[in-house]
Amino acid sequence: MLRLPTFRYHRPRTAAEAVRILAESGPKARFVAGGTDLYPNMKRRHQSAEHLISLARVEELRGIDGDGPAGTCTIGAMTTLREIERDPRIGAWYPAFVQAVASVSSPLLRNMGTIGGNLLLDTRCNYYNQTEEWRASIDFCMKERGPICWVAPGSPRCYAVQSSDTVPLLCAIGAEVTLLSPGGERRVAVDDLYRDDGIAYLTKRPDELLTRVHLPASGAWSAAYHKLRRRGSIDFPVLGVGAWVARDGERIADVRVRIGGVGSMPIHATETEAMLRGQPVTEELVRAAAELSFKPARTMDNTDSEVPYRKKMAPIFVRRALSECLGL
Amino acid sequence: MSPHSESPTPAKQLGVFHVNGETHEVAFAPHHTLLEVLREDLGLTGTTHGCELGECGTCTVLVDGTPVLSCLTLALEVAGGADGDPRPIETIEGLADGPNLHPLQDAFADLGASQCGYCSSGFMLTANALLRDDPAPDRAKIRTALAGNICRCTGYVKIFEAVELAAARLRGEARQPARETLYGS
Repeated sequence: MLRLPTFRYHRPRTAAEAVRILAESGPKARFVAGGTDLYPNMKRRHQSAEHLISLARVEELRGIDGDGPAGTCTIGAMTTLREIERDPRIGAWYPAFVQAVASVSSPLLRNMGTIGGNLLLDTRCNYYNQTEEWRASIDFCMKERGPICWVAPGSPRCYAVQSSDTVPLLCAIGAEVTLLSPGGERRVAVDDLYRDDGIAYLTKRPDELLTRVHLPASGAWSAAYHKLRRRGSIDFPVLGVGAWVARDGERIADVRVRIGGVGSMPIHATETEAMLRGQPVTEELVRAAAELSFKPARTMDNTDSEVPYRKKMAPIFVRRALSECLGL
Repeated sequence: MSPHSESPTPAKQLGVFHVNGETHEVAFAPHHTLLEVLREDLGLTGTTHGCELGECGTCTVLVDGTPVLSCLTLALEVAGGADGDPRPIETIEGLADGPNLHPLQDAFADLGASQCGYCSSGFMLTANALLRDDPAPDRAKIRTALAGNICRCTGYVKIFEAVELAAARLRGEARQPARETLYGS
């Protein structure tokens, strides 16, 4: 059996109690939501916790509230991906979000995994997501215990990969999150939640708890999520494109494209966006703009599938996502 | 000190588990998963352990009627104690009604949907939750619902056919398997 290491278990009833326990428990304390990311990582001994603070009974972190068109729709961080997928309001207001949620791993994991956990998913790497014995056999990498990056041995930084499906989409549509700490609450754009570093991949401080996701007013825009993976039934994305377009008649008023699975944070396709902004919608323009996403998609040899293939697929998936947004 | 030096195994604690309609008081290790408690403390070895990392689906059980992976469910989260009632758990051992097999079990046996058998309990529990939700799912919906359960023997077609046959029988239809399902075309 691949068993969990031992830990002290806490079960707070409120978010305030949860952040207080974390603050009192020292640096080796962690929150756990659905456990579908943390428990496998703890079993393989690449994440650890002396104190495990379960959010399972914090009722205030559950549920979907508000009104999409009014811009007040919020989702509690402990809401499961299954609940979001099956909620008729979210389906009507934010179909692209449901598309992204429904593409996360398998139905069984979506029954357990939460939206908060999916936003904070640990970065992944072929040299990291392995058992302790496997990693010990070639020596540990810098993301856990070791001195070196096995993907880029000369590198001073870690290149583990952003692998959540909901992240590129929620960045693209301009969603926000609330973070709670003993010092109070702050609200940040999902787009500002990530850093380009495989180890310190979040701007969230360790003492902060992600409590709510805020979706923008639905209506005068469209979005799409397109995912590349080997098996349609379960795999993490090796490429995940989130696109958002606001139209002004026949022109593109504004556009955002975020590419997941090709870097330690969602990559901004800034040149693609700049070429499209303010321009009349044509298939040729979308095709040409999508080509500009080839360069920023810096695929490395640390996920499933091959590096050149994933890189070549980036512009194709960007074009498909933009075309879906524009009805082309 | 290595970053993963582990503290000594903590004392077992008492908890109440509600499994297949029966209540069990169990002394279990607080860092153990539901899979470990079912197999090692309760002796219910029909729930099989595969990858133990949430990828294969063989350890699927129902908690509150929803299929979840027992290898990633902390036993503490479903046990009852001072601060709440136990959550109802269903395992493969609870599927048959005394000596009478559940229609899913009959159909899996009749159609060769269970070959080596290792994944079968997970498949049948996931399928059972699906059929409670939708008594007449089409093939696409069955495929999607079972996407988290992996089988290396059957190629899945026999499993999909067995779920369809069981669904028909649960709806009260006197359905027999198609000839090509049993004998090939």
